[in-house]
Amino acid sequence: MNYPLETAALVIGTFLALLGAAYAHDSLFSAHMWVLFLVLGISSIVMLRRVSFAPAGAPRSVPVKSEYFDEVIKYGTIATVFWGVVGFLVGLVVALQLAFPDLNIEPWLNFGRTRPLHTSAVIFAFGGNALIATSFYVVQRTCRARLFGGNLGWFVFWGYQLFIVMAATGYLLGITQGKEYAEPEWYVDIWLTIVWVAYLVVFLGTILMRKEPHIYVANWFYLAFIVTIAMLHIVNNLAMPVSFLGVKSYSAFSGVQDALTQWWYGHNAVGFFLTAGFLGMMYYFIPKQVNRPVYSYRLSIIHFWALIFMYIWAGPHHLHYTALPDWAQTLGMVFSIMLWMPSWGGMINGLMTLSGAWDRIRTDPIVRMMVMAVAFYGMATFEGPMMSVKAVNSLSHYTDWTIGHVHSGALGWNGMITFGAIYFLVPKLWNRNRLYSIQLVNWHFWLATLGIVLYAAVMWVAGIQQGLMWREYDDQGFLVYSFAESVAAMFPYYLLRALGGLMFLAGALIMAFNVTMTILGHERQERTPGVAPAGLQPAE
Amino acid sequence: METYTALRQFADSWGLLAMALFFAGVILFTLRPGSKSHANEAAQIPLKED
Repeated sequence: MNYPLETAALVIGTFLALLGAAYAHDSLFSAHMWVLFLVLGISSIVMLRRVSFAPAGAPRSVPVKSEYFDEVIKYGTIATVFWGVVGFLVGLVVALQLAFPDLNIEPWLNFGRTRPLHTSAVIFAFGGNALIATSFYVVQRTCRARLFGGNLGWFVFWGYQLFIVMAATGYLLGITQGKEYAEPEWYVDIWLTIVWVAYLVVFLGTILMRKEPHIYVANWFYLAFIVTIAMLHIVNNLAMPVSFLGVKSYSAFSGVQDALTQWWYGHNAVGFFLTAGFLGMMYYFIPKQVNRPVYSYRLSIIHFWALIFMYIWAGPHHLHYTALPDWAQTLGMVFSIMLWMPSWGGMINGLMTLSGAWDRIRTDPIVRMMVMAVAFYGMATFEGPMMSVKAVNSLSHYTDWTIGHVHSGALGWNGMITFGAIYFLVPKLWNRNRLYSIQLVNWHFWLATLGIVLYAAVMWVAGIQQGLMWREYDDQGFLVYSFAESVAAMFPYYLLRALGGLMFLAGALIMAFNVTMTILGHERQERTPGVAPAGLQPAE
Repeated sequence: METYTALRQFADSWGLLAMALFFAGVILFTLRPGSKSHANEAAQIPLKED
């Protein structure tokens, strides 16, 4: 199949990148444009080599169009596994950099640059690819319609990968606008906006063309995720570039307004990217894997509306005891606490979907993974509101407790539900009987679970110790500990945290191997758990 | 009136009322009598095929 327009656009893009590098306003922009030139140049060559020059009218091999557009989902699944391994690996490196500062290799691999590389790789590259791939899969199945927009699905996938590469290389070069989870500069932000609008068109178009009268609840969650992320991304990144061929830009907001906009963005990125989107996964893949409808469909609708109505107000809890007005801090805290209700309603709904099939937790490691994900969803959404209470926050804020909380949500909930979805998807997409090995899924499950538990427990201890050391006064009103002393006290915890991360990474590597072997068509001979081996005779 | 003050006044009066009513309406609509069979049907959508 030929893609003449797409190939031409790539070649023109390559040329423009070259011009950008030549006329750059600053050296960083020039370096970044060289990266873009290289990426687009290689893509152009790949596309040109794939053109088939058959004479006009000659029969051309046209791939069979199945009812569903699954090819892009296959790419998305592989990208999810790949970026997952990369993101976890960078996470381990970052953890070791904190324990051993000598590992900060200047200038490109300083903690200040590798840390956003890690967060963006796991949230946007791993999580984002998982969301795009699964949303394309789920929307087609539950609407019983082919993905809308034809090749636009390909544009969304490859455009998103380009965003990831530009963001990641930008961080290492030192290009950042200094907003947490929104580090990419203005030109990368504009590119993401274009890709995201295309994503919305593909997703919404499929819903509008649906053959199923009702829109299944998973699609509501996915749609809320796509629309809200578009809104958050655009508003938080409103900025004026210094030069149209330079990296630097200035935010449209200043001072405390800028801070509030940033955390309105930051917290709702958690609420809609890492919660609503992944809940879409939960509401489709758990019913599929246990082959039962969701426990209460009406509860899932209430879960949806309550979640989107409350989450949007919770952002100010990131700015307790700052220049933000007191009433706004209290508002953020109150809405965070109210979020307990929809979160736990959703958790109960997910768990109770297994009622009548609880034995599957014992026999099916994929179900076990999904159940663990929902359990972590419950735990993280309990811990979060607790930490948003101002009194608790005065102890926990700026300590490693926050890091532990974020990771029990991200590794436990987002990671585990994604792994479950991948293990469900891979045999389906590649038409395999089953996965290469179910026992390896079991290994992955235990490595990941123990890794998270170790990580979170260690960070609790570390965070509370840090918080207590910082507020320890002697009887004359002087601070007992210097800041450096509290840093030195963290060393054993940082080592243990790295060990937890290593276990989680090892599990992901096992998954990558398992997925690869399944795609290649291998099947490992092993005993299915819960089924008696064939040769055994009942004793009589 | 200053834009901030005007927006603020709208947000904590009519805006708040409209959102609260919408939210309550959605919950009541979800729980309306007779919605259960409809919901049970919708819950079956993912299990219908493949």
